[in-house]
Order: sequence, then C-alpha cells, then structure tokens
Amino acid sequence: MEHIVIIGNGISGVTAARHIRKNSDKKITIVSAESKFFFSRTALMYIYMGHMKFEHTQPYEEWFWEKNNIALKEGFVGAINTAKSILEFTNGETLFYDKLIIATGSKPNKFGWPGQDLDGVMGMYHKQDLDKLEKFAPDNEACNRAVIVGGGLIGIELAEMLRSRKIPVTFLVRETSFWNGVLPALESEMINEHIKEHHIDLRLNTNLKEIKSDENGCVKSIIIEETGEEIYCNVVGLTAGVTPNIDFIKNTGIELGRGVKVNRFLETNMPNIYAIGDCAEQHEAIGQRRNIEAVWYTGRMMGETVAQTICGNKMEYKPGHWFNSAKFLDIEYQTYGWVFSEKGKKENEAYFQWKHPEENKCITISFDKNTHLFLGINTFGIRMRHEIFDKWLTGNKSIEYVLEYLADANFDPEFYKLHEPEIVAKFNEENNTNIQLKKKSWKRIFSKV
Amino acid sequence: MKTIKYTGLVIFLLGLAIFTGTIFSGSFNLTKSELDTFLREQNYKSTVIESALEKAVVTSEDLNIFEFSSRVRNAYYVSNNYYDNLIKKYDAEKNWDKKGEQYQYKIYGKPHTLSYTLAKEAGKGFVVENAGLVWFLTFGLGIIGALLFILPNLILLGKPGIKNDGIYLNSATNRGWIAWLVLIFLVSFYLTLYFMPDYVVNWTFILDPISQALAGRPASQWFVYGFLYCTIMLTMGVRMFIKYRHNKYQIVRTISVLFFQIVFAFLIPEIMASLQMPEYDFKNAFPLDYDFFFEWNLKSLAETGGIGIFILVWGIVLTLVIVPVMVYFFGKRWYCSWVCGCGGLAETLGDPYRQHSDKSLNAWKLERWLIHAVLVFSLVMTLVTLYCYFTGAASFIGIKSQWIKDTYSFLIGAWFAGVIGTGFYPIFGNRVWCRFGCPLAAYLGLVQRFKSRFRITTNGGQCISCGNCSTYCEQGIDVRAYAQKGENIVRSSCVGCGICSAVCPRGVLKLENGPESGRINPTDVLLGNDVNLMDLVNKK
Repeated sequence: MEHIVIIGNGISGVTAARHIRKNSDKKITIVSAESKFFFSRTALMYIYMGHMKFEHTQPYEEWFWEKNNIALKEGFVGAINTAKSILEFTNGETLFYDKLIIATGSKPNKFGWPGQDLDGVMGMYHKQDLDKLEKFAPDNEACNRAVIVGGGLIGIELAEMLRSRKIPVTFLVRETSFWNGVLPALESEMINEHIKEHHIDLRLNTNLKEIKSDENGCVKSIIIEETGEEIYCNVVGLTAGVTPNIDFIKNTGIELGRGVKVNRFLETNMPNIYAIGDCAEQHEAIGQRRNIEAVWYTGRMMGETVAQTICGNKMEYKPGHWFNSAKFLDIEYQTYGWVFSEKGKKENEAYFQWKHPEENKCITISFDKNTHLFLGINTFGIRMRHEIFDKWLTGNKSIEYVLEYLADANFDPEFYKLHEPEIVAKFNEENNTNIQLKKKSWKRIFSKV
Repeated sequence: MKTIKYTGLVIFLLGLAIFTGTIFSGSFNLTKSELDTFLREQNYKSTVIESALEKAVVTSEDLNIFEFSSRVRNAYYVSNNYYDNLIKKYDAEKNWDKKGEQYQYKIYGKPHTLSYTLAKEAGKGFVVENAGLVWFLTFGLGIIGALLFILPNLILLGKPGIKNDGIYLNSATNRGWIAWLVLIFLVSFYLTLYFMPDYVVNWTFILDPISQALAGRPASQWFVYGFLYCTIMLTMGVRMFIKYRHNKYQIVRTISVLFFQIVFAFLIPEIMASLQMPEYDFKNAFPLDYDFFFEWNLKSLAETGGIGIFILVWGIVLTLVIVPVMVYFFGKRWYCSWVCGCGGLAETLGDPYRQHSDKSLNAWKLERWLIHAVLVFSLVMTLVTLYCYFTGAASFIGIKSQWIKDTYSFLIGAWFAGVIGTGFYPIFGNRVWCRFGCPLAAYLGLVQRFKSRFRITTNGGQCISCGNCSTYCEQGIDVRAYAQKGENIVRSSCVGCGICSAVCPRGVLKLENGPESGRINPTDVLLGNDVNLMDLVNKK
C-alpha cells in the first residue's frame, strides 16, 4: 500500500490527509514537531486572552485520527533523503515514503537585528511562542512593557493579546500608517485611531535598531532607529511578516526559492514530492495573487487539490477570486476581489468609499474607471456574503450593479442597522447617478448566476 | 471603577448572606386556638394528629424552624404510624372492613409540606414584623450590589465588541473553586425549595407584603422563587445589555425573554389569582408544562367556566399549532431563547457559563437518547393520565397514573429541570436541561430539523477554524465542524441564541430564516476553489 507522508500538521497538511482518506485507503502519516494533534494556529491568541483553552483550538477530537487511520508521528525532520525516499529525523529515526507532501508552513521573519535571539524576544506563530509569551508576559507585573515590531495582522493581534492582560504595549510600524501597503488610506487611518483608542502606543514611521540585553541575557530595552530613543521593556514581539519554514530542505535537490518551488499541480521538481500551504512558492503567480500565499484558506485549498492529484485525479491548483478577512481589535474586516492601496493600485482603478460618521464602519469599492467593472470591496464593521461577491466577480458585474443589489450581500446579524441606503445615496451624489437600491431577494441570493 | 465593582461585590455578598441568614431567624409556635382553626381547615379525620401536634407546637418555647419542622414531621409520623399499625393488625386478623376504614385517617401529602403550612401560620419575629426592612437588606442589597458590580463594565470592558477576555483565567468561569461554591449554593437552594420548603418559610415572610399587593394572598415558596427568578433575570439582563451592547440581536432577544418572564410567567398568573381565576402562564407550552393535563388542573379549569375553557383550548392550540408553525418560520429560537423562562434564566444568569457545554460526539449521542426519552416519558405519562381521567381507572397499560405522575414530577420536574438543570450551571453549562431534558425542546427540535426555514448560514470559505463558535455554543453544538466545511448549521438542538455569530472574528455565521431549498448544503470543498474543482466534487 502506498505510504503518503505529510510533514506538518497545520491546516494544509491535515486537509490533504483528510481528503486523501476520503478518496483512498492509502497509508497516511502526518509528521509534526510542534504538537501531536492538529490545532488552529489562528486561535492561539484566544488562549492567551482567556477566551479558550488549547483543547478548544483542536477541530477534531483525539479519536478522529485513529478512526480515520491517519497516523500521527511526533518528531523533527532533519533531512530528506530524496534518493532513497526516506525522512531522517533529528533523533536518528527514519521513515520511508512513497509520496511526500511538504506542508511545513512559515516562521517569523528576523532581519538580523542585534539582540533578536535574547530571552523575551519571540514571534507569534507557533504553539511554543505562546508558551514563551505565557512565561515572559504572564501579567503586567512580570512584564512592564512589551514592544511589537512590525505592523501587520499578527502584530496587531499580539498587541490585542497583551492588552487583554493590561500590559502596556509600544507598537513599532515601519509604514507611515498601519498596513497601508494593503489598505487604502481612509481605512488605514481608521485603524490607526482604533489602535490608539485601545491604549496602544502606536509609533508610525518607526524602525527597530537593536534589542538590548540585561545581565541575564533577557530583553532590557529596545533602541529606535530614527530617534535613538530607548524604550524599556521585558518582551519584544517580532511580527514583521513570515517566511517559509524550509531550512531542513536545503541541499536535498528539491528546488527552492524563498519557498519550495512548485508548479500548478503543487509538484516540486522531484518526483513524488509535493509542497502545499505557506511553504509552497508558485513558479509564476496566479492572477494577482502572490507566489507565496500565507493565508489560512489557500493552505486548505492546496490540501484539497493535492489530495485529488495524489488519489489519481490530477488537478491544478486554481484558487478562485481573492478573498480574506481579519479582525483589528474590535473591527471586523472582510475583502472580496482586489482592492489595492493607493500605493499599489493601477491607473485605471478608482475607489468609491463610504465611512460611517461616528462608528468604525467603512467600505471601499474598487472599480475600473473606464468600464465601471467591479474589481473588489473592502468592508470594515459590515459583514458581507462570500457567495454573492464571488458570483458578481465571476459575472463581471459593474459597480452600479453591485450597489443596486448591495442588500443581497449583507451578512450582518438580524436587527443590525443596515447602511446600504446611505452608501448608495453617497454614490449617487458623487457620480450623478440614480441607482435605486433593490430590496434583498432570497431568489437572487440562491440563484447560480 | 474597580473599587466600585468590588464594593458592589461586597454589598451583594452581604445581601446574600443576610438572605441566607434569615432562614435561621424567628420563632415558631402556635396557640391552641390557632391550631384548632388549622385542623378544622385541613379536615383531618385522624384523632391522633390533634394531640400529637398540640404536644409538638403549642408551646411557649421559641422554636427555630428546624426544631419546629422536626416536631411537626414527628407528629405526622406518630399519627400515620398509629393507623399503619392498626392496618397491620386488622390485616393479620383478616378483618378487611376494619382495615379498609383506617385509610381515611391517614394524612397524605409530604411531611415537609404540612410543616411548611403550619410554619406559615406560626412564624414570628423580626422578619415577619419588618418585612420591608428585611426586603431591603436582602433583595435590596443584592440588587444594588450586583448592579454596582455590573455597571462599571460599561467602562471597564472598553469599546463595544466581544469581550471574553479572561473567561478561562477566572476561577468563577473556569470551573474553579468559586464555580464549585456557586454550584453547592444553587443545588442546596433547589433541594431546599423543592423538598424542604418549610426551612425557607422565612423568605416567604419577606415577600408577603408584595404578594398581598399583587395577588391578595400571602407569599408561598413558589412566589419567592418567581420573584427571585425575575429579579435575577433583570439584574443579569443588565449585564447582557452591557456585554453585548454592540449586538442588536442580543439586545432585542434579552428584552424579549425578560418581558415574557416578568409579564407572562410572573405578573399575569398572580393577577389572575387575585381575580379568583386559575393561575396560568400563557406561554408555558405542554409538554414543558407537564402537569397541564393532570386531573387537578383539568378539574380546576373545568370549574372556572369561560376562562378555564379558554385556557384549555389555548394550551392545546399553543402546543399543536402555534409552536410548530412558529418553529417553521423562525426556528425553535422563537421559544427557547426569546420566550421561555428556563431559556431566559439560562441566557441571563447562565451566560457566564455557556462555554462549559460538552462538545464531544459522545455528548451529542447522549443528548439525542436522553431528550427524546424524556419526550416519550412525558407523552406516556399524559396518555395514562388522560385515560384515567376520562375512564376513572387508576391505571392504564399497567402503569398507575399516580405513580407515573409522581415519578415524572420528582425525576424530571424537580431533579432534572431544577437541581441539575440550574444547579449545575457553573460546571456543566447553562443549558443542561434545555439540551438533555426538556421535552418541549425535543419536540421543537424535531420540527426545526425537518421542517423549518431557520438555519445558521456559513459564509463561504471565510472560516479559520478558530473554535470560538463551538466554545461559546451553550447547546454543545460543534459549530466549527460545519463552518469549516462551508456547511450551514441545521441542528435540532440549536436554540438560536446567536452567540456563535457574535463571537466569530471573521463574520462567518448568520442566523436567518430563508427558503427551505438550499437550507442544507453539504459541501466537500469550500467556496474559493475554482469552479472546476467544485463541479467535480458536487458531481460525485
């Protein structure tokens, strides 16, 4: 019986295993050094904040793996012997595979800052990072201040985590405004304000120069590049993005770039070796996506796709329309299609924007200013239906169409105040149009086109 | 703010301590003439009970309630033992006539109930004389303290939004020692209320003036329970309003349960009593209202003319028509988390404990066996009762009517719904009764599962499997298991509290009523993948 070995038990690896099991009775082994059972990495923050316990982050009960005949092996792969199809573990054990799926995910970026390996410096990615945080920042007496370096999604989550235990936080962001490489200025500035409302000391245009040590090798302070200011702290969170976790693959003959190079079928250059999830790097980008996509659902989709290929139904990885979501402290964010920030948008792309006068709600619709083709939407504080936007993007709808039927797309809980009339009114005013908002229709919501 | 909060806690605990302490206060005894009046009203034929009770409670001693109760119960046994011995004696002599005669002298009912009824007459002391003051020192301090504890959250919780910080780091909400203390208190409360009401007769004295004003009669232990229930729901409702102030669904739903509890379950029945009508909670549907078809209720409804008949018809229509039709349009939530009193307490007092429901597959299996068994039990009991009511028989298909009613009332009515259902909140979560025991929930659930427009819609591929939804589902539904597969949640046990949707950080879940087609949408592959892959999987 063919033995499929998967390195990594994150969402990509586990999804691959589940779908291979659905479609075959191949022998499956998942290897992990991080934890025996699959857990949801995105939920680590909630454990520290006391919303959940670790067991709640595990989507499958422990009997699930045995029942589905998926073997879990704990161990750290030191090297891959591609000639003999053998994994070599750091403890000397070996494991033979017929097919190998590399799904090792990412690790936090470190840019060679002095002091970046001191005690009290950590990323927020692995379960072990959480243990470290619990050790160095159990409360605001043990940790008088934490400094977070890098203004992305993990950075703001780490800030939220620390604030939940009333630990003072200084948040160093390289950009002129939070995440403005991705978000339009209006939205980015709203998030800046919201960060400050949560009593986080947000420092824009600020880089880290070095991390200073005390006599015990622990973090004592950090120095800011631009001003030379020294900020005393006990914990430094490095959240300046992530990079594929592939050190152990070097010199195996598997082609690497920043990640493991794969074609559309998620195959590496070596036969019977595949790579999926955060650690996979497409030779050529798919649409406007990045070559490496460190996103939860793309990992899941790659797992689903590679499982089809391995079970004899060779299939290309074809992610559909881009979408994503996040939560910035209290503000939920969803995006469907492409909305680029002012920095990244092309000449033909225009925004229509609406912001609530008092609350933290706003939307940006990106459209082609020549053809009025709807390109994408960012929403803050308003939930939208994925299916509807997916359908509209596939159907090449115009921005006028999207606004006319915007009520179909709303996904806020019942009784919420709906803002579609205000949104449409603003568009009409700005563009001298006369779009009449249609009432929500179940028939349209369930229709396929 | 913190200072106010903790001052509030101290005041609340003081009120609670005084409330508990009143049990031990006061003195109980009767004069001969008071006892005679009582005996005349009771119409006992026993000749023994009079002298036994006289010896027990006609005294100048200051008995506390426990001594008083013990003496009364002793008198009860003395009398009943006397006739039991006669029965045995005549039985041995095969003197059937004489034996049969003795039964009429026995005193039926529970000893603690006799003691309660007497104690209600016999109570004297500070509480009886100063009901208003004691009300302030107990209920008053409790409410003020609780509000002082709760209101600062408006500021302490920060900006509106989901604030579950520290729930698993706090002894009260993480099954720590505080949770166990609360459990012991609640369980003791229910055991006393149900099985030893005489011990808490002093509480009824606190509320006598209010009961007199409302219903024109002294407060019973059930009045105390109802009043306490409403007070707790209102106070903890304030907590809900603050905690979920960003979420209009939660606000509206909480207003609704408070309204139905206070007006329908509490005020209307009391007012009906003052008008000499049968007391009836118009929203309490059979079979949750399990004694609706008991003989005594049918008799009392039949005797009260128009209103009685109306209640009878309403009760039947409520169960057979209104309940299922509403479930078809709105899901069982319209009842369980918008109207029901049990649900109302679970959603207010129980909200801090919602995360303790068991999400395992085994718990789900147990749930399905248990809740449907209780439904069958309640239906069989009703069938037997009705058969016996109309035929005059004492039993049906070999089941004694009295026995099955007593068994159900004891096991399901008292132990399951009360002692376990509410007493175990801090450890097993706030919906133990609703999930595992309520026969009405079982019935609503069947309708919801098979014929309803209600579902929780999953938003395409946005789920990140974080598990907040499952953790905070009070009904123990593994919501995430559906959400991460892109499947809508259609489960008989869902009471539609809406918390899964509220705690979701990615806007994945929405409770809605929509067309039945497309309500259940099993998907192997989620949205996001290109159509080819979806086609392939859907074709299979």
